[in-house]
Amino acid sequence: MYTQALNTGEADDRGLEDAARAAQFQARVDAEERIEPNDWMPAAYRKTLTRQISQHAHSEIVGMLPEGNWITRAPTLRRKAALLAKVQDECGHGLYLYAAAETLGSSREELVDAMLAGKAKYSSIFNYPTLTWADIGTIGWLVDGAAIMNQIPLCRCSYGPYARAMIRVCKEESFHQRQGYEIMLTLCRGSEEQKAMAQDALNRWWWPVLMMFGPPDGVSQHSDTSTKWKIKRFSNDELRQKFVDATVPQAQYLGLTIPDPGMTQDADGHWRYSEIDWTEFKQVLAGNGPCNRDRIAARRKAHDEGAWVREAAAAYAAKRQHRQTAQAAE
Amino acid sequence: MPVANIQISETPLVLYTLRRADDALILGHRLPEWCGHAPMLEEDMALSNIALDLIGQARELYSYAAKVEGRDNDEDKFAYLRDVRQYRNLLLVEQPNGDFAQTLVRQFFYSAFADLYWRAMMGSRDATLAAIAAKSEKESAYHLRHSSEWIIRLGDGTEESHARAQGAVDHLWAFTGEMFAVDDSERGLIDAGAAVDPASLRDRWLKTVTGVISEATLTLPQNNWMQQGGRAGRHSEHLGHLLSELQSMQRTFPGLTW
Repeated sequence: MYTQALNTGEADDRGLEDAARAAQFQARVDAEERIEPNDWMPAAYRKTLTRQISQHAHSEIVGMLPEGNWITRAPTLRRKAALLAKVQDECGHGLYLYAAAETLGSSREELVDAMLAGKAKYSSIFNYPTLTWADIGTIGWLVDGAAIMNQIPLCRCSYGPYARAMIRVCKEESFHQRQGYEIMLTLCRGSEEQKAMAQDALNRWWWPVLMMFGPPDGVSQHSDTSTKWKIKRFSNDELRQKFVDATVPQAQYLGLTIPDPGMTQDADGHWRYSEIDWTEFKQVLAGNGPCNRDRIAARRKAHDEGAWVREAAAAYAAKRQHRQTAQAAE
Repeated sequence: MPVANIQISETPLVLYTLRRADDALILGHRLPEWCGHAPMLEEDMALSNIALDLIGQARELYSYAAKVEGRDNDEDKFAYLRDVRQYRNLLLVEQPNGDFAQTLVRQFFYSAFADLYWRAMMGSRDATLAAIAAKSEKESAYHLRHSSEWIIRLGDGTEESHARAQGAVDHLWAFTGEMFAVDDSERGLIDAGAAVDPASLRDRWLKTVTGVISEATLTLPQNNWMQQGGRAGRHSEHLGHLLSELQSMQRTFPGLTW
């Protein structure tokens, strides 16, 4: 990437050169070629991807908290093991994604610091609390289901490292989704109390899950360039519609009611849902969701209280290096 | 309503198996309390990974205990419907996570034992225990490597990490003796070749522990008083709280399928 030029004449030359490169870049994108870390890319492309991939990584990490909340209380050992494996996968997804973001030139530490400082976002959904065991099933079914809708097209994203990370992530994610649905199925075939628990969870998570797809197309701030650069393949509303259409029959199979009495099915089969409460969405993004403060506080606490451990690891590594160098010199 | 504690026919083999299952379950329960709160993502993952191995071991052992017992108990009844006095785990594994040093020292003391124990148990005349041992041994070797490396890093890291690691060693040392204790119910299994005599592992355990502790520039406490009771269901005050959390769903909604 170019640094800011001080000489204006040179900057003009570079501007022309950049325009030529940008055209070449767009041609590669249009031809469905993958952009790799060492390739030239427009600064705004780099910036957009760094933002998107790092926020995706932050979401995986913050997303460990609502589910992690139930590991010690999972109702059977089988469920406990599965949940533990799932949360561990999420941590792994966070690590892949930070690595992908780092290929764009920012360090994981910088990116994490931005999240802890509240400057970088994570998915709005993780600001909702897990109140019952059914929430764990619902998160798997709906939250991971929505994530898959978002992520499958990203497997063809123009930026190679992100696309490859998504291929790995999606495989595990679809496993989680099936697991979540199976929890729901067990609850819905269980006692009255269990079924009520499942319905209550669906009632609380439905709208927040629809918000995961982002603001409506008319308002979405990053869509135009993201589409042109093939970071984004479908609009927010298109993906949201796809999700609703896929989910309604699943809810019907469970015998659960989607908490949207205004929902109707079009002649073409699409389910029309009611207006989303965008005020709530904005409030959650602005830090005013039910768990925003707790989530950030938990991540900051882990970071701060873990500082001495990271310092110890660094100090030991330095000592060891020093000893090895001294040994080699002998 | 099947909400009360289960009854167990505690033959020596059932009791023996439950004790090892309880060790794995309780430690496997403690570690994920770190989930989302570890000092670095790599450790978040490593601790979950170890916990998952341990819960896997617990499940196999509980299932075997259920089979040997031949009543209608199963892994979940053993885990969720026994109270503190029926739990038979080592006092060591129920100790709270504390800081990262305390968690890793606890892990290290246990893994250094489990590694030797499972390797020895591969020669058990009980074919199921030998098979469980063969799987567990691979996992515990990994757990031991992980915790040993951390003990060295922390002990030989900064002044603060050294002090914390030493504090954890001093605090947890008194719970290590229980790993080597044998009671009458285990004696018969040892004589029959179904179980190993843990006392025979003590020297090798001490050698591993001393080696790592000294490389970590730490020292073992002079006080060799050893606290015991877990194997007989006499626990520390920590276990009750742990079980309230672990069992809350099964106690609130008894007898359901999840």
